[in-house]
Amino acid sequence: MSLLYVRRDMLAPQAPPASQTGAIRWIRENLFSGPFNTILTLLAIWTLYQLIALSWPWLANGVWSDANSMADCRAVVAANAGPDASGACWAMIRERWHQFIFGFYPPELWWRPILTFALLFVALAPVLYSDNKGAVAKMCGVVGVLMVLCLIGADGFSAHTVFAAAVMAALTAIAATKPRLLLIVTLLFPFVALWLLWGGAVWGPIVALIGFMVLAVVYGFVAPKLGPVMGASIGFIAACLWWLLLQSYVSEAWQALLPFELIEVDSDKFGGFLLAFVIGVASISISLPLGILLALGRRSDMLLIKTLSVGFIEFVRGVPLITMLFTASLLLQYFLPPQTNFDLILRVVILVTIFSAAYNAEVVRGGLAALPRGQYEAADALGLDYWQAQRLIIMPQALKISIPGIVSTFIGLFKDTTLVSFVGLADPLRGITTIVRADIAWKGIYWEPYIFVGGIFFIVCFGMSRYSMYLENKLKTDHS
Amino acid sequence: MKKSVFFGALAATTVLAGSAFAGTLDDVKARGELICGANVGLTGFGAPDATGAYVGFDVDLCKAIAAAVLGDASKVKYVPTTGETRFTALASGEVDVLIRNSTWTFSRDTDLKFDFVAVNYYDGQGFMVKKELGVSSAKELDGATVCIQTGTTTELNLADFFKSNNISYTPVTVGDDSEALRQYDAGACDAYTTDASGLAASRASLANPADHIILPEIISKEPLGPVVRHGDNNWGDIVRWTYYALLEAEEKGITKANIDTVGTSTTDPEVKRLLGLEGDMGAMMGLDKEWAKRAIAASGNYGEIFETNIGTSTPIGLARGLNALWTQGGLQYAPPFR
Repeated sequence: MSLLYVRRDMLAPQAPPASQTGAIRWIRENLFSGPFNTILTLLAIWTLYQLIALSWPWLANGVWSDANSMADCRAVVAANAGPDASGACWAMIRERWHQFIFGFYPPELWWRPILTFALLFVALAPVLYSDNKGAVAKMCGVVGVLMVLCLIGADGFSAHTVFAAAVMAALTAIAATKPRLLLIVTLLFPFVALWLLWGGAVWGPIVALIGFMVLAVVYGFVAPKLGPVMGASIGFIAACLWWLLLQSYVSEAWQALLPFELIEVDSDKFGGFLLAFVIGVASISISLPLGILLALGRRSDMLLIKTLSVGFIEFVRGVPLITMLFTASLLLQYFLPPQTNFDLILRVVILVTIFSAAYNAEVVRGGLAALPRGQYEAADALGLDYWQAQRLIIMPQALKISIPGIVSTFIGLFKDTTLVSFVGLADPLRGITTIVRADIAWKGIYWEPYIFVGGIFFIVCFGMSRYSMYLENKLKTDHS
Repeated sequence: MKKSVFFGALAATTVLAGSAFAGTLDDVKARGELICGANVGLTGFGAPDATGAYVGFDVDLCKAIAAAVLGDASKVKYVPTTGETRFTALASGEVDVLIRNSTWTFSRDTDLKFDFVAVNYYDGQGFMVKKELGVSSAKELDGATVCIQTGTTTELNLADFFKSNNISYTPVTVGDDSEALRQYDAGACDAYTTDASGLAASRASLANPADHIILPEIISKEPLGPVVRHGDNNWGDIVRWTYYALLEAEEKGITKANIDTVGTSTTDPEVKRLLGLEGDMGAMMGLDKEWAKRAIAASGNYGEIFETNIGTSTPIGLARGLNALWTQGGLQYAPPFR
């Protein structure tokens, strides 16, 4: 028996109505889901249109070549787009880009900062990608290729290019086979960078490095008997004695024996992004460990250490960075003996480091506070001493929590390096821009240098921010 | 108690610092380099060019001093100074001489313990307006909007000028020269006021300089000159007389081109003394006979320095005005070399 009113075959599924699929649905749901959102969307579109309508002709009429002054630019724009048109004058960047990047660093020595910059990435790679060996080698290779391109672009194909390329190739090979070895490059990088950037005898940085070895050896002897804190303190004192008393004699003796030096470059030749990176990288890399120590000090039970840490952090955080910079540039001069040549860049690096260490300390303390008490108790129960517990249990978790805060301190610090223009250093944003504008040919240029410098700052800061997101994802252990 | 120890130590350092500066000339000679506090961003007066070499009206005076003292105009280290850091840099001994368009004022001379040894440029605050405004005198600016940089003496001068003439204005405050120029160009203000030398450079950089005029009124005195520390009078003498040598050279027609021949052709005893052919004036301040000759040879006499950096043949196009020699109706006057 068959029931005629019952369907025997299923209907084929139909496509959803046009209003419920694809772009139309997305737009309905996200942009026009109600009267309020509709109004907001229309306002946003109108604002965007106004902005683009305002800036597009200026960008489209931009002049890159065929101009050597603002007047030339105006003539070219007038010829191309009519007498009333406005146009960007990128020709200024074409002519003065090197001052924005290198400051007054001698052009024939540009290979040194470029190589240093490439080595910076090699030094960072094993730290940034500690468990991803492929990424380390890839990063070294890519940076090496980019560096060679930069070198050829900057001063043609020379012996320096070959040398730098060979160094990078060797490091990439090491990265591909034994990435752990690159950590040695990381440790040596500060000294190599110091020597490459400022030049002079190679023995200065080497003998300074020996000072750290003195520290390590003394620590190795003292720490087992008196504990790590005493070991580190006595080691530090020994190293200071080395640097203050023996450093100059030993390095001069070696220089006399085996002279090997690069052309010296004075600090006043540094400017632009070279200066921003020198101050930024030095301060960032020193302020993080310092900040961790301060955070631990602030949570310590020992009254003296706690008081000192709290006092330091609160004092430094209570003072604006500009004040610290003026201290570096003006006040220190009065306290030091006359005619002492205490490098301004070094003074600024020290005070910027102190400044950002205080901020980092509070960020790390936030991470420490977020750890449940059970973690500390578990470490105690395992019989770990204070430093072992910090190293193996507390810090890995606390730092993971603090990553966004730490990175945003770093980004802030890197951008704050532009403030050094107030003490007469040639930062890219204000210092170099003022210098360029002082040339009668480029006087009256306004937006172009800001856009150029702002673009580079954005790339660097955005890169740091993306890396911190990558790191957060990698270290994520919860299951959400 | 502790405080007094601290201040005692501070005073001791200051005294030590003061005594250590006693011989700037010896320091410069020992160092083999003159350290000159310079401006990094003033068109025509002092700024690094595309290659990083400092050029400008003030910079040429640094070169002349280096040539007089060290015999080589290139042995100058320029320390970039900002408006905030310049006087500390000089007082703390970081620079030997500050040549950075600094206005000679009473308090700077006395309270800050400096010596303004000469005036190498007589400047003053002026106004620039668009020609279409139809104004020919600053006194007609009643009700105008005026672009002005904040935190400078120009702000006070402006207020004084309008008050004393019983007219009103609306200030449009800006951060620096470039911003002022942009605002003025965009029509945000009717007039732009700053030092007349800066106005000339600004006017030259506008799209159509001929559409703008600089009004004749100069409402303030801005004598700009090289500055040295109190207490080292010999060094002050060297800077002062190097500058006067450049002025005297212009008055006597000694130029960079004829300096080697003028000594033999001239009969003027003052020229002979200046060039070290007669007498020994350099020895009186610890230099050799040919100090002035080298100073003039470095970048030319005062008039030549003026013309190459800021004069009417340059885009900045400043007229000599007050800075003409006294023989031509200006204020530049060198005391006699004898």
